[in-house]
Amino acid sequence: MHVGIIFFLVILGSVLFHIFTPWYWTDVASNWGGMDDTITLTFWIGGGVFIAVCLFMVYCVFKFSYKKERKAEYKPEDKKLEKILTWATTIGVAALLAPGLIIWNQYVNVPKNAIEIDVMAWQWGWQYRLPGEDGKLGTTKVVNINDDNPFGINLDDPFGNDDVMIQSDIINLENNRPVKILLRSVDVLHNWYVPQFRAKMDAVPGIVTYYWFEPNKTGEFEVLCAEYCGVGHYAMRGGVEVQDKQDYDNWLQQQETFSDLIAKQKILEDEKTKLAKK
Amino acid sequence: MSEDFNDNKTIQAQSSEAISGGGSGIGADADYVRPAEVADQDLYHGHSFITKWIFCQDAKVIGVQYFLLATFTGIIGLILSWLMRLQLGFPGLAPFMTAEHYYQFVTMHGMIMVVYFLTALFLGGFGNYLIPLMVGARDMVFPYLNMVSFWSFFVAVGVLLASFFVPGGPTGSGWTLYPPQAILEGTPGSGWGIMLMCISLILFVAGFTMGGLNYLITVLQARTRGMTLMRMPLTVWGIFTATVLAMLAFPALLVGALMMSLDNVLGTSFFMPTILKAGEVLEYGGGSPILFQHLFWFFGHPEVYIVALPAFGIISDLISVHARKNIFGYRMMVWAIVGIGALSFFVWAHHMYVSGMNPWFGFFFATTTLIIAVPTAMKVYNWILTLWRGNIRLNTVMLWCLGFIVTFVNGGITGIFLGNVSVDVPLSDTYFVIAHFHMVMGIAPLMVIMGAVYHWFPLVAGRFLDEKLGKWHFWLTFLGAYSIYFPMHYLGFIGVPRRYFEMYDSPYVTSAVGMNEFISIAAFIVGAAQFILIYNIIKTLKTGKPAGHNPWQACSLEWLTPTVPPEHGNWGDRLPTVHRWAYDYSVPGAKEDFITQTTPPSEVAHTKVEKT
Repeated sequence: MHVGIIFFLVILGSVLFHIFTPWYWTDVASNWGGMDDTITLTFWIGGGVFIAVCLFMVYCVFKFSYKKERKAEYKPEDKKLEKILTWATTIGVAALLAPGLIIWNQYVNVPKNAIEIDVMAWQWGWQYRLPGEDGKLGTTKVVNINDDNPFGINLDDPFGNDDVMIQSDIINLENNRPVKILLRSVDVLHNWYVPQFRAKMDAVPGIVTYYWFEPNKTGEFEVLCAEYCGVGHYAMRGGVEVQDKQDYDNWLQQQETFSDLIAKQKILEDEKTKLAKK
Repeated sequence: MSEDFNDNKTIQAQSSEAISGGGSGIGADADYVRPAEVADQDLYHGHSFITKWIFCQDAKVIGVQYFLLATFTGIIGLILSWLMRLQLGFPGLAPFMTAEHYYQFVTMHGMIMVVYFLTALFLGGFGNYLIPLMVGARDMVFPYLNMVSFWSFFVAVGVLLASFFVPGGPTGSGWTLYPPQAILEGTPGSGWGIMLMCISLILFVAGFTMGGLNYLITVLQARTRGMTLMRMPLTVWGIFTATVLAMLAFPALLVGALMMSLDNVLGTSFFMPTILKAGEVLEYGGGSPILFQHLFWFFGHPEVYIVALPAFGIISDLISVHARKNIFGYRMMVWAIVGIGALSFFVWAHHMYVSGMNPWFGFFFATTTLIIAVPTAMKVYNWILTLWRGNIRLNTVMLWCLGFIVTFVNGGITGIFLGNVSVDVPLSDTYFVIAHFHMVMGIAPLMVIMGAVYHWFPLVAGRFLDEKLGKWHFWLTFLGAYSIYFPMHYLGFIGVPRRYFEMYDSPYVTSAVGMNEFISIAAFIVGAAQFILIYNIIKTLKTGKPAGHNPWQACSLEWLTPTVPPEHGNWGDRLPTVHRWAYDYSVPGAKEDFITQTTPPSEVAHTKVEKT
């Protein structure tokens, strides 16, 4: 008797926990609200199955627990019942899969007006690069990276000169404008993840990966590394500040481009040689 | 009921008639079983202590050896998990707990539990003990190889544990061992640690292959007379199919480990692209880190089913015996096991949706992954339908079975979240994943192992484990484990990433502090509760109630040996002859509520046996 009651309370407790939990997802701050909806749908269908199966089990425990005089039913198979259950399950699974695939289709197809952002990761930090007025990012190579060229931009690539370089782990984004995050890493796997945006993708050394989202809430968010990258993984944080267009444009104005950096380096170099001559 | 069964019966009858010869006496035609194809062979019998108990060739002793060593390793894994929970629940409490140590413990806990505990225990432990007994063989077909298999496992465990004592300590690269970080400084144990891990895995795979060949060929070639494949207990089906999976999946892990060792030691670049480390470009170039992930998960996903399928099989048998009812839909259960096994090779990249592989793969792997939910759901339905109108003994074994159903369904449903590609995006690499796989392939298989221990202990030791202690053990474990992993999913919803040594004070996770403390305390209790079993075993061996023959009134062969516990050679002078499947419980008209597999039809001619 008490066995059935305890199992029943476990099921009831699970449902109540779900209803009253103070621990739940953060408010979505991007266009990926559809992911939340699919999770909710999966909760309804999956949770329903969980409750149904467990309650059926509890019922059996109450109803059919051992009695010496009772004999169990002898029924090796029931083709019809098995067929019904197979089809019902198949339909349920398809109902979950379809919305999942539809959203994935949006996830892998980046809108044309998305602004590209080069997110460069290393052990353990982030920095960012935005295309300049030409709207295109210059190509890069890991071997080019040095103090004068922190992003490893190919010097013979004309698109690279006006690239905006943000040597900070915080990046600003424009509200309601889709961004395509281009991820690369110079050492190991990383993953640029903002829980409120829902989206994520690994940065893999040797290739450039991508994903996109459209922020739709202004404010500051924390960036977490979501792929284990060694002993500093948990400390590999960054930040995002989503701003309205005007604030964003102001911010962008103040950032340094690659040619600015080269010019600055040149002045420093010249001064050094001057000093040496003196 | 279905016409199919009648058809089956006729086919069976025809094939019996087609072969001449037969027994004697009344009902000889019905009782006829094909003669043995090869003569019974005697085994090598050990004489000294060493050949009987150490380098032993008896599958039953090897099974117990596997069981004990896997359990020992599992206890180390358990202690590591305590240390991890100590850090997560109460950061800073243990001064020795640095980030390096934390990641090393995470890695060793994961690898130990998945490979050296669960796999070794299900296949090496239960496989060795039960396969020969359940199919009516005297032993495994290659007893010597079987012995070598265990000792390879022993050396593999030794090498694994040795890595705690080498410079730099064990590898801290996560149990997935992803390069490049696994072999670069910045990850603890990137020199010796990862090297020993790879060597240990290679030894494990080699040893396992020896054991696996034994399981497969024993099932295919050494079944006793009358034991057709479709009369085998589901336990054997589960272990058999899991072994096929292991034979195909482990080579991928083996080559992955070999290639990474070459990258590490000889400077090849299988998995290593151009890398900039501390301002210097390393001497690597052109390799693909994602290639390793494909190799790893081509092993890693079937590995889930290598653990799950034996658990499915065993739980089917336990439920059937203790509900006094045939397993519902036996053939469906067999095909589900085989189907899940086959499908498990087409879903591996669902671990890699956000790995940076071509995102278009997501469509394919999400579809295959959700298809696998159908046969899995069928198994669940059949378990609960076996309870329906049964006569359920609510003993400790059955409690573990019920606990399994709850945790497995829970973990299976959260698997649908993670398998469904775009739902996985926000949840991957968070605590939702941790909660999911611990529920479905940690706690659920553990429930099966425990149920199996309480069920088969009377066979192995000839005594019943104490029921009262068993119930304490069950309730503490089940309720404790459920309250660890059920709330943990919600940490994942918040977005708390896995493999974080510390969360600091991220604004949205401060609310999780209390939950982390609660989970840690529950984990300490559940871990400690496992020692009840050890105490129970020691107590039972001394003063336990003697079990006698077939104490659970089961139908299957392992309970029908002439001596309990079975001796070397299992069957005395004569091998058993099998006349029916292993699930003839509560047959209408039968005197008792079970008909053993060896009962000839003439003895139960008056009963309404439907399936043979």
